[in-house]
Amino acid sequence: MFGIKRSSNKAGPFEYSRKWSLRSVFLIGSIFLYAPIVVLIVFSFNDSRRGGNVLWKGFTTKYYGKAFQNDELMLAFGNSITIAVISTIVSVILGALTAVVLWRFRFPFKPLYEGLVALPIVIPEICMGVSLAMFFSAMGWLSTGDTAWPFNLTNIIIAHITFSFPFAAMVIRTRLQSFNREMEEAAKDLGASEFQVFKDILLPHMKPGLIAGALLAFTLSLDDFVITFFTSGPNTITFPVKIYSMVRFSVTPEINAASTILIIMTLILTFVALRYQRVDS
Amino acid sequence: MQDISGKKSVFFAFSAPTFIWLTLFFVVPLGIIWLYSFGENVTITKIETTWTLDNYRRILEPEILQLIGRSFWLAFVSTVICLFVGFPMALVIATASFKAKPWLLLLIMLPFWTNLLIRTYALLNILGTRGRLNDVLRWLYERAEQFQAMLGLERLNLLGDGFTPLTLLGTPAGVIYGIVYVSLPFTILPIYSALERMDNSLLEASMDLGAGQLQTARNILIPLAMSGIVTAAIITFIPALGQFLTPDLLGRGQVDMIANVIERQFKKANDWPFGSAISLTLLYATFILLALRSFYDAARSKREGRM
Repeated sequence: MFGIKRSSNKAGPFEYSRKWSLRSVFLIGSIFLYAPIVVLIVFSFNDSRRGGNVLWKGFTTKYYGKAFQNDELMLAFGNSITIAVISTIVSVILGALTAVVLWRFRFPFKPLYEGLVALPIVIPEICMGVSLAMFFSAMGWLSTGDTAWPFNLTNIIIAHITFSFPFAAMVIRTRLQSFNREMEEAAKDLGASEFQVFKDILLPHMKPGLIAGALLAFTLSLDDFVITFFTSGPNTITFPVKIYSMVRFSVTPEINAASTILIIMTLILTFVALRYQRVDS
Repeated sequence: MQDISGKKSVFFAFSAPTFIWLTLFFVVPLGIIWLYSFGENVTITKIETTWTLDNYRRILEPEILQLIGRSFWLAFVSTVICLFVGFPMALVIATASFKAKPWLLLLIMLPFWTNLLIRTYALLNILGTRGRLNDVLRWLYERAEQFQAMLGLERLNLLGDGFTPLTLLGTPAGVIYGIVYVSLPFTILPIYSALERMDNSLLEASMDLGAGQLQTARNILIPLAMSGIVTAAIITFIPALGQFLTPDLLGRGQVDMIANVIERQFKKANDWPFGSAISLTLLYATFILLALRSFYDAARSKREGRM
């Protein structure tokens, strides 16, 4: 196999990754993807009250203090985490059940079932947000916003589970495909019951998929704006919805500081996820 | 894979929760807006389904039709740009060394994990008239001017009278920039996975038979990656068509797309039947696009089967 690995300095015909033209496209593309985020973080330290995004006025960390002292923002942050945790737990359970059903059984109307599960992934967010908002309104569930915490978040949690669990199911199903059925048969030959096989053999094999699915569901929930925007009430605000209303009001370094905190949280989560995958493989 | 006969109880225990959840919180809500789309407002929050087609007729009004046309156009242009930028980037990742590959993939995926609202908000700083992009362009302009002076070509006035900053916020260009920014990772991944599976020996055969680099790329590389390119185009186009945040924040109400009109019907105008009708139209458009892709896949596998 020539052309795969060459020690000479000249790039071979198919070593596209060593061609300078392609490399520069990649570099410019990466700058395009990262520059806004880097600039956002830099400007969270900008000592300028109004028009915080235009001119650099010196270094300060006071906007982090301000963000942490903003009660509404912190409440919204707490809501977001609560919603993400509950919706992740339910999404992983529903996702695992769905994945096992699709992987294990042959049944009538299976393609239909499969399509139904995939549908929340493909339909436009706004359609899902609008239809759930109408559903909650028709059921008279909008008043849940006035109930005690965390029950006031019920509508948002239901919405988040509905769009997250199909993703979790997809990830878990991929993991199941590498399961060796002979292990299961061997266990059964040795007298294990159906439940024991599930608990001691299938579940441990699924574990990395469950973790990956959970992290995906968590990030999706933390990330969502559009669907939450439609299903949240005036008293149930999540972090992205709060940031949105702050952006509409005026652009301040405080928003940059709050965003930076969320970006760093997401970064940590991603690296934890990668760590897990590496340990498993 | 096993039949459910004899394992009925296990099967139902596993499949019932999902089925009930999706019926209750996905199918029924869509059913409700389907009914509303044929309805009329009786009071502000009460809607009666009278099976009127007025809501759908209103979509055909020139104002709404123009807006839908614009949404398709903006999503189309963004998708094309994403493909042109995404293909070379995917190619670099697919042919990178075994060690570098996961890092390059991570590099592309990381922004995707960052909150969409935050990423869109971050662009406000970049795209403003006094934003960072214009800072870079001004700097380049000044360098070009110096270079021109060095060559003694000032008299030709090749660069115009001075630097005029680009106005991107509130213009279609700004919205396209935003859509490309948030969708690029979606475009790269499917193309990457198609290129990853590619058989290098086909490229080598093409070169051995005397085809040039560009000819090989056009006749072998791109056709081989076509299924990935089609997938990439579809999964870039569908979310782009339904974009709400980008036109809202970067378009500043000047470049509204379908989702912005839907939002207005529900949040401000309180015209739920009309909003439902537009939402369903967007949903049908999505289904048509997905169906087109299935047809493409079917046609392709048939063609390959014959070869």
